[in-house]
Amino acid sequence: MKITDDSPPVLTALDRPNSYIGRSVPRPNLQRLTQGRGQYISDVVLPRMAHVAFVRSPHAHARIVKIGAEAAKKAPGVIAVVIGAELVKVMTPWVGVLTHLKGLKSAPQAPLAVERACWQGEAVCAVVARTRAEAEDACELVEVRYEELPAATDPEIALDAKTPVIHASLGDNLCFERKVDVGAVDKAFAESDAVVETTFRFGRHTGVTTEPRAVVADWNEGEQRMTVYHGTQAPHMMQNLFAKHLGIAEHQVRVLTKDVGGSFGIKVHTYADEMATVALSKLLKRPVKFVADRIESFVTDIHARDHRIKAKIGVSKNGTITAFEIDDLTGIGPYSVYPRTSGIEANQVVNLTGGPYKCPNYRAQARVVFQNKNVMCQYRAVGHPIAVAVTEGLVELAAAKIGMDPLELRRRNLIPDDAYPTQSASGLKFELLSHHEALAHLDSMMNYAGLRAEQKKLRQSGIYRGIGFASFIEVTNPSAAFYGVGGARITSMDGATVKLDAQGAIIVHTGVTEQGQGAEAVVAQCVASSFGVPIEKVRVITGDTDNTPYGGGTWASRAAGIGGEAAWQAGKALRANVLAVAASILQAKPDDLDIRNGIVVDKDKGTERLPLDELARVAYLRPDTLPPGFQAELMATRHYVPRVWPFAFTNGIQASYLEVDTDTGFVKLLKHWCVEDCGTIINPQLVDEQIRGGVVQGIGAALFEHCLYDERGQLLNGNMADYLVPMAVEMPDIECGHVVSPTADSELGAKGAGEAGTAGAPGSVMNAINDALRPLGAQPLTDMPFTPDKILGALGKV
Amino acid sequence: MNDRTLDISLTVNGARVQECVEARKTLVDFLREDLALTGSHVGCEHGVCGACTVRVNGEIVRGCLMLAVQCDGAEVETIEGLSDSGGVSDLQAAFEQRNALQCGYCTPGMIAAAQDLLKRAKKLPSRDEIREHLSGNYCRCTGYHAIVDAVEAVAQARAGAKK
Repeated sequence: MKITDDSPPVLTALDRPNSYIGRSVPRPNLQRLTQGRGQYISDVVLPRMAHVAFVRSPHAHARIVKIGAEAAKKAPGVIAVVIGAELVKVMTPWVGVLTHLKGLKSAPQAPLAVERACWQGEAVCAVVARTRAEAEDACELVEVRYEELPAATDPEIALDAKTPVIHASLGDNLCFERKVDVGAVDKAFAESDAVVETTFRFGRHTGVTTEPRAVVADWNEGEQRMTVYHGTQAPHMMQNLFAKHLGIAEHQVRVLTKDVGGSFGIKVHTYADEMATVALSKLLKRPVKFVADRIESFVTDIHARDHRIKAKIGVSKNGTITAFEIDDLTGIGPYSVYPRTSGIEANQVVNLTGGPYKCPNYRAQARVVFQNKNVMCQYRAVGHPIAVAVTEGLVELAAAKIGMDPLELRRRNLIPDDAYPTQSASGLKFELLSHHEALAHLDSMMNYAGLRAEQKKLRQSGIYRGIGFASFIEVTNPSAAFYGVGGARITSMDGATVKLDAQGAIIVHTGVTEQGQGAEAVVAQCVASSFGVPIEKVRVITGDTDNTPYGGGTWASRAAGIGGEAAWQAGKALRANVLAVAASILQAKPDDLDIRNGIVVDKDKGTERLPLDELARVAYLRPDTLPPGFQAELMATRHYVPRVWPFAFTNGIQASYLEVDTDTGFVKLLKHWCVEDCGTIINPQLVDEQIRGGVVQGIGAALFEHCLYDERGQLLNGNMADYLVPMAVEMPDIECGHVVSPTADSELGAKGAGEAGTAGAPGSVMNAINDALRPLGAQPLTDMPFTPDKILGALGKV
Repeated sequence: MNDRTLDISLTVNGARVQECVEARKTLVDFLREDLALTGSHVGCEHGVCGACTVRVNGEIVRGCLMLAVQCDGAEVETIEGLSDSGGVSDLQAAFEQRNALQCGYCTPGMIAAAQDLLKRAKKLPSRDEIREHLSGNYCRCTGYHAIVDAVEAVAQARAGAKK
């Protein structure tokens, strides 16, 4: 494998001989994928496997009066037709609450709707047949009689007395509420030279993974075991949930992930149809497969955002930000999603707003309400795109109001780089951030002054270009503070088991999972470096609860920072074990030896002493030649969980440069920049590609993506022709830069990088559009996505 | 054969195939389910995302918009065949080197579409032209920048090799 060494040769404590830390090593699993020889869950076929299709509610809210299944049961190929009341006998319902989100409430949700459907698309009946086509044919023969109930769809009136309460047992439609009031907010606003107040709106959108959700469940009645092939980010979490709700022990459940066709947070939740598929396998004692089709994805994959935020900023004439205030309202569908809950996004908005700035006065209110639309939950960058766009939108509106350059206003307010450790007004603890260095780097990287000059010149010829910025912070490497303390069985720990095989190669089993982000490469780099072998000698195995250490998987930008550290430590532990064997064979002291490039050498001079394949041969096949009482241990496991800091915050700043066509309202993105600081960079290429992919998902939210519902709760654009995702031709080149502030919580010092792009892109694009249109006197645009009609509206042209 | 099925005979990746298929079955479902060629993926089932892109009689088509029965007598090439032929090995290597794929679900279709562009291009395609041509193939992971880099590098390398 060719190594592209495009990183600066800065030596650190991590730079052992033949270190791969900081090098762009190609991922080990790519050839399989470029040749079409991956195995995604949608590719899995098992003996006696049946397929399930679901009859789904066409109504946003309806009582299920009667389900007539006789005709469907007689249809060709049909194996079973099952309704909700039958399936709850196999799998118990669940409630998506966390105890540390005080007061958060939800109602029990079953694998198939029982008596009542609460959103358009909720599954009400399952049809299992020999083929998916036969199952779908038979679904059309199922006669469901509904009594339509009034639907509560608008969050603004969800709490009004006249609005129907979705779950009578809860008393009202309020899922969760949080308030923060720090400093002297009213006094600060009163003393401000300027106050800007506006309302931001963030359209509902969704992940649109190119491979839809997929699951194959295989209950073996003879073994009393459930094997679930599942396109998931968190296999151990799912193992627990399948076991718990089937009423069996965790060791009776094995979850295997294989290749996963895109996740982005979509595939880390409990989905009723997937739980139903697992229950059906147990009921029918045979493998059952479910792959969501695209319309099913749109009406059942978790949606995200859908926040309305009234926001206010105070600023003095010299550019000091005096106070931030927000009032967030978000509708999350009829259930809080299990087990992570649907309160986290609003909670994060409250935590993160104003986060990069030293402003001490902050007031926030967030209300999370139920509604009869598809469920909402954590999607890539959870809360960050909202908090960042609100904060940065306010900052640039304030800068415009007092006539100050937006970068200058930031320079005067960002937390100084020498102020750490410190904390935000909302109480977030920051170990070490680099806002000012990142800003300076961005300024020079994009040639800001040059772009401003170009912008000014072009305006004279009627070309309206805009430059917009977004400083941001990102939550990564979460400790148990995220979910564990709230009672969810989601571990924040991860582990790695490293073993030397009988020919001197290294096999690593890790609890983190590969979703395409490159976790396997990062784990291989860490082990190869800390143990001391060429990376080609390292094979990484992920995604199998029978064989990998217990771990959290992939979410909240944790795989590299947490899984990487566990792998690094496991490699070190195995090195010590192997050196003990080598010392025994060579009659040397372990401390005088090292392993470099797969060979045991003298630590001092690097003289070759013993190749690993020879060491392995002796240890495994001729242990009789080792001294009496000496036992070689050629497998080592280490775990890691952040203990010092609840989260390893990262930071950065993005900039968007774009042109608005004032006749058509179309936005042409010209260039995008992101400077971010994720601590130690294990693989520069993978970090940059996480940033770029994340930026484009954020751009999608800013310009295109929107789940459009009518007032009766009907999704109007549930297909990929009508729901727009970014295409290659619309996207700009994206330039990345880095500042490196390692976390001292781990030896590696790596923080996460998976969500920074998505966090900052929507705000920077919004600010750039408003910057472009400001000379035309347009009302600032604050309602995402910024479609051409909204832009023309702001210009007063429609 | 009954009133719902038809016998078809075609060439898939150079091998002769004779199958009895349901008239309603799409080409991509036929390839995946009947021939176990799972390198072609199903994304939108709507002709939009390009994950099912395969070559039929030398032209790239959407496997979800064409019926298997329409391929009677045709020559079909999938990513498995393209890989084994070696014809896209430079593209595959460039995608791997540049990390122009993450989850890889769109990649077989993306490589087929990129190969189509490079085979047709009379001159070196610009980055904008590459972006334009690949706009029928959606990628949710990479943000496209790396894909454009990889295709551009191969276009330049192939042009250099011709000189």
